[in-house]
Amino acid sequence: MEKTLTIRDLRISFQASGGTVRAVRGVDLDLYQGETLAIVGESGSGKSVTVKAIMGIVSSNQIVEGGTILYRCREKDEWTERDLLRLSRREMRRHINGTHIAMVFQDPMTSLDPTMTIGMQLMEGMIQHLHLSRALARRRAIELLELVGIPEAEKRMRNYPHQLSGGMRQRVVIAIALSCSPDILICDEPTTALDVTIQAKILELIQEIQRKTGISVIYITHDLGVVAKVADYVAVMYAGRIAEKGTVEDIFYDPRHPYTWGLLSSMPDISDESSERLYTIPGSPPSMVDLPAGDPFAPRNAYALEADYKAEPPMFQISQTHYAASWLLDERAPKLAMPDSLRRRIESMREGGRTDG
Amino acid sequence: MAEHLLEVEDLKQYFRVSKKFTVKAVDGVSFYIDEGETYGLVGESGSGKSTIGRSIIRLYTPTAGRVLFEGVEISGHLGAAETRHLRTRMQMIFQDPMACLNPRKKVGDIIAQGLDVHHLYVNADERQEKVYRIMERIGLDREHANRYPHQFSGGQRQRIGIARALIMEPKLVIADEPISALDVSIQAQVVNLMKDLQKELGAAYLFIAHDLSMVKYISDRIGVLHLGHLVETGTTKDIFDRPLHPYTKSLLSAVPHPDPRVEKQRTAIAYDYKSSGIDYTKGSYHAVSETHSVLATDEEFARWSAR
Repeated sequence: MEKTLTIRDLRISFQASGGTVRAVRGVDLDLYQGETLAIVGESGSGKSVTVKAIMGIVSSNQIVEGGTILYRCREKDEWTERDLLRLSRREMRRHINGTHIAMVFQDPMTSLDPTMTIGMQLMEGMIQHLHLSRALARRRAIELLELVGIPEAEKRMRNYPHQLSGGMRQRVVIAIALSCSPDILICDEPTTALDVTIQAKILELIQEIQRKTGISVIYITHDLGVVAKVADYVAVMYAGRIAEKGTVEDIFYDPRHPYTWGLLSSMPDISDESSERLYTIPGSPPSMVDLPAGDPFAPRNAYALEADYKAEPPMFQISQTHYAASWLLDERAPKLAMPDSLRRRIESMREGGRTDG
Repeated sequence: MAEHLLEVEDLKQYFRVSKKFTVKAVDGVSFYIDEGETYGLVGESGSGKSTIGRSIIRLYTPTAGRVLFEGVEISGHLGAAETRHLRTRMQMIFQDPMACLNPRKKVGDIIAQGLDVHHLYVNADERQEKVYRIMERIGLDREHANRYPHQFSGGQRQRIGIARALIMEPKLVIADEPISALDVSIQAQVVNLMKDLQKELGAAYLFIAHDLSMVKYISDRIGVLHLGHLVETGTTKDIFDRPLHPYTKSLLSAVPHPDPRVEKQRTAIAYDYKSSGIDYTKGSYHAVSETHSVLATDEEFARWSAR
């Protein structure tokens, strides 16, 4: 499989009133063509900042301290590779945004222009980037609306965003993102603002489009149910670093990092009959202004070792695809197992003894 | 009929948008809540679940129907006595913890505001004592009383919202999506806290949410709302083990499982009101069991329960 995106040692900080916020502190990620990558983390974990860097969306107080984002794509039958961090804003807008990498934002109401018809908003990108004629752009726009499952597409072209429901608006946003046939679609919490029933429909829609067009998708989410449904590969982020990454099976059936254990355990299981207390990760995410020495997760970690307070753990490789940054994986560490309730849950999932799905 | 803590009978809440158009946000909903229990209201946005909460606590004046709270009617005209009864015995927790706290007041004063309004203390020491006690219960330090809301994280702010409601020692708390604005790891903390406080104080909760897995976890009984109608109600077990209404089934099928192998194969059951041929206004409540009832016509009920 072709690798389309290679992020190495990405480091980004912000100049804020309280000091320097080190939002992303050395992130390595790979994205393969046609694959779905999910980045999971709490607010402030740096997941949004990472993907916004891919899109070239930078705020004025943001400093890219280092790293590379290599993007490989076919252009006129030739493979070209570019470092997106070295491109100017103008070059990003002209060559990358929309045509190669497109993004769907969380809130469909704020990402659509309330004063423009949705037809015009759909056609705008195609006329600008692909230099299509208005008539051709219009035809493609109607096709796109049909692709994302909007009934009476031709009539809807004349509608304004406020005339559509939340789910329909998010479909329009996805259609706009797809309008210039990108290779990578980034979805920043695409369903958080939507209801469960509509959420499932939107996720299934994106999966279907992926099957049809073979694009790669990056999801940002804090909902592990969404991750289980869509992802091939998962990266769990905490305090600007990747805590654990691996295939979706690695993460859900063989989690190694205590933070991943916490996230998985704190999700209520709908098929679980017992009503014991929900497991919680104590405390709240650290302030990114002055991080303590050692592992930033240590104060919230019931499994913290002495080493966690002294130095930040490196990435340990567990298998070909599975990595985790926890001192528990060091050979000198005591053998600590995951919480019992989680182990039981994973065992029952592995047996596949559930038929309720 | 046994005395319930809260009884809602045929509640209707209409909003007149223009001369020709009226939104029927809630259209004839009846349910009850017993003392100390948690009733979960679920449904998609626009189903009227928040409106019901707001009509009960009288942020809106109900168009029709009766609401009885501890045997006192609180849906019609409110006299001074009823108002005081309602405002002290029933409290609300809001969705957005930033928007519902006054940014210019200290947290201690925000928490004590209900006490101040209703003069529920003899002197300043007693007020202070009550505030400190509730802050300790929700896991905040005493020093935090002199800080402002913006100095707290989202989870802590929601705790302040909970403290403000529970300091009044209410019999019923209406929690309108109290966790949907919070991070996953914090959601579990807040839900556990709400459960613990319920055990200690014996308050009943009306828990409004769209996240079914959380609702299942916290609720004793559940009501499923769609388009202003309560389509199915029953104990948590009734709803999850034996859902009858097609909307409930579709809602349950849409809940994501944290299990990739199950999740990858699953597709949600689609439900479209317009094409389903179901008319909510024609249905009446059919009892499935003592605790479980569903809104349907006779013919629909026969068909659904046959399967």
